[in-house]
Amino acid sequence: MDTIVKGKAVEVVIGYDRPTVLIGERINPSGKKKLAQALRDGDLDQVRKEAVNQVAAGADILDVNVVTSGVDEVAMLPRAVAAILEVVDAPLCLDVNDPAALPAALKLIPGKAIINSVTGEEKSLNTVLPLVKEYGAAVIGLTMDEKGIPKDAATRVAIAERIVARAEALGIPASDIIMDCLCMSVGADDRAAVATLEAVQQVRERLDVNQTLGASNISFGLPDRELINHVFLSAAIRSGVTCPTVDAAKVRPTVLALDLVMGRDRFARRFLTDYRARGAAK
Amino acid sequence: MSQQQLVEAMSTIKEQEALTIAQDMVNQGADPFSILDACKQAMAIVGDNFAKGLYFLPELVMAGQILMQISELIKPLLKEASSSKESLGRVVVGTVEGDIHDIGKDIVVLMLEVNGFEVRDLGIDVPAAKFVEAVKEFDPQVVALSGFLTVAFDNMKKTVEALKEAGLRDKVKIQIGGGQIDEEIRRYTGADDYGLDAMEAVSYAKKVVAGGVQ
Repeated sequence: MDTIVKGKAVEVVIGYDRPTVLIGERINPSGKKKLAQALRDGDLDQVRKEAVNQVAAGADILDVNVVTSGVDEVAMLPRAVAAILEVVDAPLCLDVNDPAALPAALKLIPGKAIINSVTGEEKSLNTVLPLVKEYGAAVIGLTMDEKGIPKDAATRVAIAERIVARAEALGIPASDIIMDCLCMSVGADDRAAVATLEAVQQVRERLDVNQTLGASNISFGLPDRELINHVFLSAAIRSGVTCPTVDAAKVRPTVLALDLVMGRDRFARRFLTDYRARGAAK
Repeated sequence: MSQQQLVEAMSTIKEQEALTIAQDMVNQGADPFSILDACKQAMAIVGDNFAKGLYFLPELVMAGQILMQISELIKPLLKEASSSKESLGRVVVGTVEGDIHDIGKDIVVLMLEVNGFEVRDLGIDVPAAKFVEAVKEFDPQVVALSGFLTVAFDNMKKTVEALKEAGLRDKVKIQIGGGQIDEEIRRYTGADDYGLDAMEAVSYAKKVVAGGVQ
């Protein structure tokens, strides 16, 4: 099933037999003190810079999150979106705490954006899905509900099915839903990754929707984080993740190699082009 | 089997060995508090190695599990002997509303208990009103608010304000903790202190009960 999102001048198609699409995660102040301070000061230069750098590093879609203490998300999100639209054409993924921040930001975007996110919680389904419908956006569904993130795969899949059913009832097609089966750290629970991978595979088999995953959580509390992240990301893509949320500069070579291995890179054009570009940069 | 061997086994995360030694000590009629004391020493070593980047999260969690198994083992003995042992102080701990992270919070609870504090663990996603209620009932010296998500910072602030409104703010010291906490966030929430790991929760609670915090 293909999901199509659009930026100012760029259309991105996400689908299982296609090259993996990268959602750039870096416009997000959590854990980034400088960006958090810049947002508090109303200074958007860093946001522009992160947007340009990520697209240059191969991000296809940009996640935009301005949630941090001392920042009014509802006022800041449209400002950040406007600043990003000045410098890049990529589609945007609006990553919000408060859905009230969405309408003003969505109105600025000329293409088709992704809303990040809706959960299986009643309150979230009732607030976010009507906005998805009204603005013709795509949406990321998180497989969690009032009870938190289920430990097992089966409950996550059940929540995913509920989100899709509720969206379809409003006339939102499954192709506009991107599921996120969520991963916790294997540092804290050595069964965490297996549960996520099982959920990803079952969502792919049963719902066939596109899937994202923030794949750097997995290595929290462990050494050699990039090694673990890359191995997990490969397994996740193999299981059915089609548009992971990542630091494109760090993971792109791994993802391109995986796409090649999975027969999604005709005559290795993408891998080799990137290989030469990396060589030139050295 | 000796206390020192238990410290050695547990601090190097040798689960079976530690449990066998503890069982042997119980069989030989060792003082349960000497077993608990060995656990405490071992956990301090593990915590220290974690803080230095020599040990990693799975090792911290596993040491905690060894500790819990040994606690189960000696619980019946402790009950008999516990009347003579006084607690250092009382701490209310919980992950604030809107956040469901529990790993860090659980480690804090564990380390506080090992170090002789009575802990009321309110769990995760805890509304401000529940903290207020617990402070009234349990009368702690310290309230420790945990949170990892950005949304938690607003709810930490709300919890601090709720304690103020209930007239309880001056009766307790409030420490916040979580992977992303810094001085900026402490100031924003109105808490008294912040900590980045479980040992900082223990040292702060000790300082408060010793009257070292104004």
